[in-house]
Amino acid sequence: MKINWFKYAAPMNFYSLSGKSIPFFWITALVFIATGLYWGFFKTPDELDNGMKEYYRIIFVHLGSVWMAMWLYIVMVFWAIVGLVFNTRLSFIMASATAITGALMTFIGLVTGAIWGKTSWGTWWDWDPKLTTFLILLFIYIGYIALQSAIEDTRRADKASALLALVGLAIVPIIYYAVNCPDPTQCSSLHQESSLKRIEPNIMTAMLLTTFGFWMYSFAVILMRARNIILQRERKTTWVSKLPEVNQ
Amino acid sequence: MKPRHKRIIFVLLALVSVGAASALINKAMKGNLNYLYAPEQVLAGKAPKDTVFRLGGLVKKDSLKRSDNSMEARFVVTDNRGNEITVVTNKILPDLFQEEKSQVSRGKMNDKGEFIAEEVLAKHDSEYMPKELEDVLKKEHGPAPVKVDGSEIPKMKGQKL
Repeated sequence: MKINWFKYAAPMNFYSLSGKSIPFFWITALVFIATGLYWGFFKTPDELDNGMKEYYRIIFVHLGSVWMAMWLYIVMVFWAIVGLVFNTRLSFIMASATAITGALMTFIGLVTGAIWGKTSWGTWWDWDPKLTTFLILLFIYIGYIALQSAIEDTRRADKASALLALVGLAIVPIIYYAVNCPDPTQCSSLHQESSLKRIEPNIMTAMLLTTFGFWMYSFAVILMRARNIILQRERKTTWVSKLPEVNQ
Repeated sequence: MKPRHKRIIFVLLALVSVGAASALINKAMKGNLNYLYAPEQVLAGKAPKDTVFRLGGLVKKDSLKRSDNSMEARFVVTDNRGNEITVVTNKILPDLFQEEKSQVSRGKMNDKGEFIAEEVLAKHDSEYMPKELEDVLKKEHGPAPVKVDGSEIPKMKGQKL
C-alpha cells in the first residue's frame, strides 16, 4: 500500500488529524512529567558522592530541556529542508511552530543551569565553552523567529528563515562535542561531561521519564501552534470558514 | 533537470558546507580554547603573565586554611603529580568546594608565585551515585586518578590520559 504523504501535507487534512492527536500528547506529557518529577523528588538519594545535596534534583528539569532544545533544532531544520525542497506549505508551518518551543526549552535549560551553577559551582554564569555555545543556540532560535516575523510576505519569510535555520545547524555538533568531548584532556571546562555511565538507577529513571514527558509536551504545543498558524494563513479559504470552531 | 532536483542539490551543498564549517570550528576550538591552565602549565610559564586566567586542578588534602580575622582563605591546587600552586582568595567558597575535589579559580599570579583568585568555582563530575555506595567502592579501588588539569577522571570509562 502506498501512502500518499502529500494528502496529509495539505493543511486541511493535517488540521483535523492533528486536532485528534493533541489530547493524547497532553495526557502522555502530564503523566510522564508528573511521574518523573515524583520519582526524582522522592525515590532518589538526598546526597551524592560528588558532594551535591538535594539541589541536584534540578537536573530532572535541566536535562530534559537541554536535550529537547537541541533535538527540536534538528526537527526544525528537517522541516525547513523539506519545505525548501518540496515547497510544501505545511513544512514551513511546522518549522516555525517548532522554533518557539525550541527557544523556550533553550531558555529553561539556561535558567535551570544558572540556578544549579550558583548553588554548586558558585556562579550563575561562566564563559565556559559548553555554556557559551548553548547561549548561541538561543540567539539562533531568536534570530529565526525574528526573521520570520520581520518579512511581510509569508512565502519569502518562510524561505529566508529556513535558510537561516539550515546555516545555524552548524552549532548543534559544536554543542554536542563541547559537552561530550571525545578527548577530555583537550577540552577542559567547568561544565561536566555528560556521560550517562555511572548514574544511580532511580536518578536515571526519573531523568528518562521527565525527558520523554518534555518531548510529548513539545509534540502537543507544536501541533497546537501549527494549527493556529494554519487558521491564520488559510483564513480566507472555504474549509476554514466552515469549521465549527470558527463559526461560534 | 527538474527544479526540485536543483533544490535538492542546493540543500545538499548547503548541508555539506555547514558540516564543514562545524568541523572546522570544532577543530579550531580544540587548539585555541584555553579555558583553564593546569598547575603544570602555569609553573612552566605557559599561562599569561599580568592578566587574568583560570587555574584548574584538585584542592590538596589538608591544605585549606582560613584566616581567623578576615575572609581570607588559602589552599593548594595540585595535579597529584607534584605540580602545586597556592591560591589566596577572600571570596566566598562555593558549597561543593572540598579538599581532594576539582576547582576552577580565576585570577592573577603575584610576585610571590601565589595565585590571587577573584573567584573560586567548584567543579564536579557527571557521576550521580549515592554517597554511601561510593564510599564503599572507593575503599575497594583506592582514590580516583586525575587528568592533566587535575580534574577527576570519570571511572569505568577506559579513557586514555
